This record gives sequence, structure tokens and C-alpha cells, in this order.
Amino acid sequence: MPKDNVLETSADTQRAVEQFLYSQAEILDERRWADWLGLFTDDGKYWMPADPEQTTGERLPNIFYEDVYLMDMRIRRVKHPYAHSQMAGHRTSHTVSNVIIQSEDEASGGVVCTSRFHMVEYRLDDQRYFGGKYTHTLKKNEDGYNIQLQRVDIANVEGPFDFVMQVWL
Amino acid sequence: MPKDQNLDLGSLVEPDRVHKACYADEEIFEQELKNIFHKSWIYIGHESQVPNPGDYWTTWVGKERMIICRAEDGQVHVLYNRCPHRGALICNNLHGNSGNKKSFRCPYHAWQFAMDGSLRNLPMKEGYDGIIDLKDPQLQMKPAERQGNYRGFIFASLSEDGPDLETWLGGGKVAFDDICNRSPEGEAEIVANCFRIVQHSNWKIFLENQLDAVHPSITHHSTGDAAADMQKVYKKKTGEDAPMGYQFLADFTLPFEKWDSLDTIGHPNGHTVLEGYMGLRPTDAVTQAHEKVLTDAYGEDRMNEILDTKVHHVLVYPCLSVQPPLQQLRAVRPLAANKTLTEIWHFRLKGAPEGIYDRSLAYYYHVNAPSTMVNADDLNNFRACQDGLRLEGGGDWVSLHRNVGQDPVKDGVTTSVTGMSEQPMRNMFAAWKKYMTNEGSA
Repeated sequence: MPKDNVLETSADTQRAVEQFLYSQAEILDERRWADWLGLFTDDGKYWMPADPEQTTGERLPNIFYEDVYLMDMRIRRVKHPYAHSQMAGHRTSHTVSNVIIQSEDEASGGVVCTSRFHMVEYRLDDQRYFGGKYTHTLKKNEDGYNIQLQRVDIANVEGPFDFVMQVWL
Repeated sequence: MPKDQNLDLGSLVEPDRVHKACYADEEIFEQELKNIFHKSWIYIGHESQVPNPGDYWTTWVGKERMIICRAEDGQVHVLYNRCPHRGALICNNLHGNSGNKKSFRCPYHAWQFAMDGSLRNLPMKEGYDGIIDLKDPQLQMKPAERQGNYRGFIFASLSEDGPDLETWLGGGKVAFDDICNRSPEGEAEIVANCFRIVQHSNWKIFLENQLDAVHPSITHHSTGDAAADMQKVYKKKTGEDAPMGYQFLADFTLPFEKWDSLDTIGHPNGHTVLEGYMGLRPTDAVTQAHEKVLTDAYGEDRMNEILDTKVHHVLVYPCLSVQPPLQQLRAVRPLAANKTLTEIWHFRLKGAPEGIYDRSLAYYYHVNAPSTMVNADDLNNFRACQDGLRLEGGGDWVSLHRNVGQDPVKDGVTTSVTGMSEQPMRNMFAAWKKYMTNEGSA
């Protein structure tokens, strides 16, 4: 990797960011939905572009583009007793790696970081695989970080998709 | 032939029930491709999908893989995606541009073709001297047998004979008229994004579900409830009404009486319309701006006529589900008896206010994106139907009895007696039977 792509950050910051990314994946896999929503800032967004070249989610087709209200709705739907397609049991397992801090704001402590993930999803006697790149814009808070933007670029962005994605990757 | 040798194709469809083999039998599926998809008109794409010379998209007609492209003279062509030399697929990407030379170049031996499919060049031509003329039809990329354009929507037919596109569309034309008329320029422009979703079910199950007014408040109960809850939460937290997308979703759990009050119209050739309205003419600033540009273009009476068109959903049989008031289009590409690809698009209305596009985009996101909370439950039902229909035991027939014999018919067009009548399914199967028993289109 070219030297100029490596940002000098403290081992503590690197470790704190990595722990945060691992824990957001763990929260998703454990379906701790209230905790998931709590990770985001009030203006936080979860975004999966429909095109890898996209620089904004506004006024463009996206695979996911959700503020905290839409995320709240998705949680209510998944937990609803009549969410038929959730009844058969639905499990995911994430692995997060390759965590690189791309930029750090010294004054606020906020960071932009990229990482790679693999995710397997089990439903209806079948397992499917997703992989891709996370780009997180994180804001520092007293205990750690909040997500202002979680951008998810999946490898198979063009599809075709078997069924749909019911929860966040 | 169906597994039960006592059944011929015509006897699989009765007025009030159909045999499960229509959905599950692979041999019947092969005959459907031959008798329906290779004989009727199939939607290929919109002319604005290939705005520049050299642009192309690839898609399917039945089992055939096709290219839609634009030539240097501006003409749009539909070609078989096959090199006449050794048979390789010429375009192996979903879409692209054929480059500076505006030529398709076969990746195998570099045969080059103009965008109308004619052979332009190839390496080491002299090997053909005195053997075959390079203009021989068998050395050209083959165009679809017939091509048609209705208001910018391009169709192809792989059959030399049959009714012209407009005659064949008949009552199904409203799908495209109701999109285009809502533009002050009378034209739609496709948004160059195709969501592709594979359904683990027969293609007919998808079409039938679109006009099944009984299912929404049951299948989409969870999503409708969650959306209605969030409308309240949003209002409480922000003091403002939730964005329109929540209403689209909450509408899925309208009470049965509301769905029952809608009409479905069965046209010849299986084209079927769900009339009704989802609150798309509110009195907000966006709607008023839309009214203004339409009035300027067409006058007030015509503007009212256009915006009061009560079409919620149109099925152009066998290949399309269209929701004109929200400019949504889903093309149906059958892959196997139990597997169907849907290609999902949405449109801008040329000259309409940006806020009208926002509605289209919101519906595209909530209902049609690969993260949709709506079709998540539909796809699960389709899969469950397919898994049940392939069982040997447990019964042979699918019931389409609801309100059979009660729907009034006039001049070959059926109007449902209630919105919940299974008229749409019966209308599509009437067309199915005609195609499959070689009686042709109506």
C-alpha cells in the first residue's frame, strides 16, 4: 500500500475503532435492535448504494437508505408477530476485518474508517453469503462512538438477488 | 406433458380452477416459453434506456437472450445476443456502450457488427473468399422477428405472425398512456437503474399476486402496522407529517372493504387492470405544481382527466406489471418452472416537478428495492406456493372460485363484481389456455 494512504493514529484510537466495529456487527447478529438504533446519531443514516460510484444517496435509487425513523420501522416490522417471512428463523453471522482509519478530526475525535466484512445469512434451510466494504463516519461521544453514516458497498451490488435483504448487513 | 397422462393442456384450465401442473411441471413450462413467450409481444426496454449511439442493455425473451441497442442513425434495434460465427454471447455485461466504433465485437474471434447486427469486419477475411458472401444473412446478428414501440416502450416478438403491438396491447395500453400522459411533454424517461430479484416461484404466481386484493392486508400486515406506528412517532417527535413513503406502506393494510370497492378489468390477451387510487392527488404544493404544468400543456379539463385516471396496477400479459401513477415497471423473465427473474425499473415524467419524481423514487425504494419490507413477505408466499404446488399428494387443483360467474362481461371485457373477485387470475388463465392450445391471441 502506498505510504500516503496510511494515516498515523494512536494504537488506542485504532483499537477503539476496531472494537466499535466488531460490536456493531455483534449487535446485528444478536438482533439487539434497540442497541442497534442506539448506535446512530440523531441524524445518522444507514446507506447501501445501488451503484458503487454514488457519492450521495439523495434523489437516487439505493438498496438501503434509512434514517433512524425508517430503521425504527424496519425493527417494528421484523418484530411483528405477522412478519411471515421472519417466522422460519433467521440468523446472520458477520466477520469484520481490514480496519483502516482514513481520517481523524483531532478537535472532535471523530473518524472516517473503512473495513471489510463477510456475512452469512441462514433462512429457510438455506445459507447465502454477502461480502463488501463498510465506510463509517463516526462521531466521538463520552463512552466511545456513534455512527453518523454507515455506508455499505456490497460486492454483488448489481444483483440479481435471491429474495431480498430484510435486515441490515 | 403433465405427469397425469389423462390431462391434456386444454383440460388443465377450468372456469373456476386450474391444475397444479400449470405451475410446477417443467415440460409445461417449456411449452409456455414456446407458445406464450415466443409468440406474444415481450417488453424489452424503454428507448431512453439507450440514449446514445452504441448504448446497449441485455435482457430475455423466454429462453432467448436479447440486446436492445441504439445505432448511429438513432434507430433502436432488438437483436439476438449471439455471434453468428461460433455462437458466443456477444454482450456479456448487463449494459454498456459498444465504444468509439459503435460496433459489437465478439470476444472470441473479433467479428465486428454494426448496431443493426450487420457484419462490419472480421480478421483474416480472405479465408471466406469465393466461399460465402460476408453479407449472407447467416453471418449477421439476427434481429428479433418483429419489433414494436408504443410511446417509447419497446417490445419484441419472436414470431413472424400475429397481431401488431398496438392491437395486441388493446386495453393494456393504459399502462403506458397513464405514465406518459402525466408528463406535460407526453413522455417518460427511464432511470438507469435495474433492480433484479429472483423469485423462487413460477412466473404466473407473481402476476396473479399483483391483482390479488385479498392478500395485502394479510401478507403485509406487519409492514402496514409498522408504517402506521411510525407515522405517529414521527409526528410526535418532529411535529411534522411523516414523508409520503410511510403512507404508501400503511396503505397495504387498508381494510378489506376498501379493497373490495375497487374494480379489476379483464381485457383480451390476459391484460388485466386494477382500478383504484392510493391518495396520489393530495392538495400539497407538489401536486399543485404538477397540475399547473399539465394545465399549461393540455388545458384544465384534460389535466383533470389525466390526474383522475384511476389505474393502480396494470398487468400486460405475460411480461409486465406496471404501476403507472407511480411510474413503476417490473418485467417478468421466467427462468424455470420454479424460478423467475424480475427486472425492476422506474421512470421520470419529462417536464414534471421534481417532487413528482420523489414519489416515484420513494415507492421504488419501499416496494421494489432489494431491501423492501413489502415484497419480502410476498416472495416468501410465492416460495411457499411453489413448494406446495410441486407436492404429489394433498390435491391437484388450485381454486379460483371466488365470485366466478358473477363478473359482468361486455364486448369481451370483464369487470369484476367486487375488487376481491378472482377475475384477474381467471382472465389470465383464459389467455393462457388460448396460447397453449394454439388458438393464438384473442
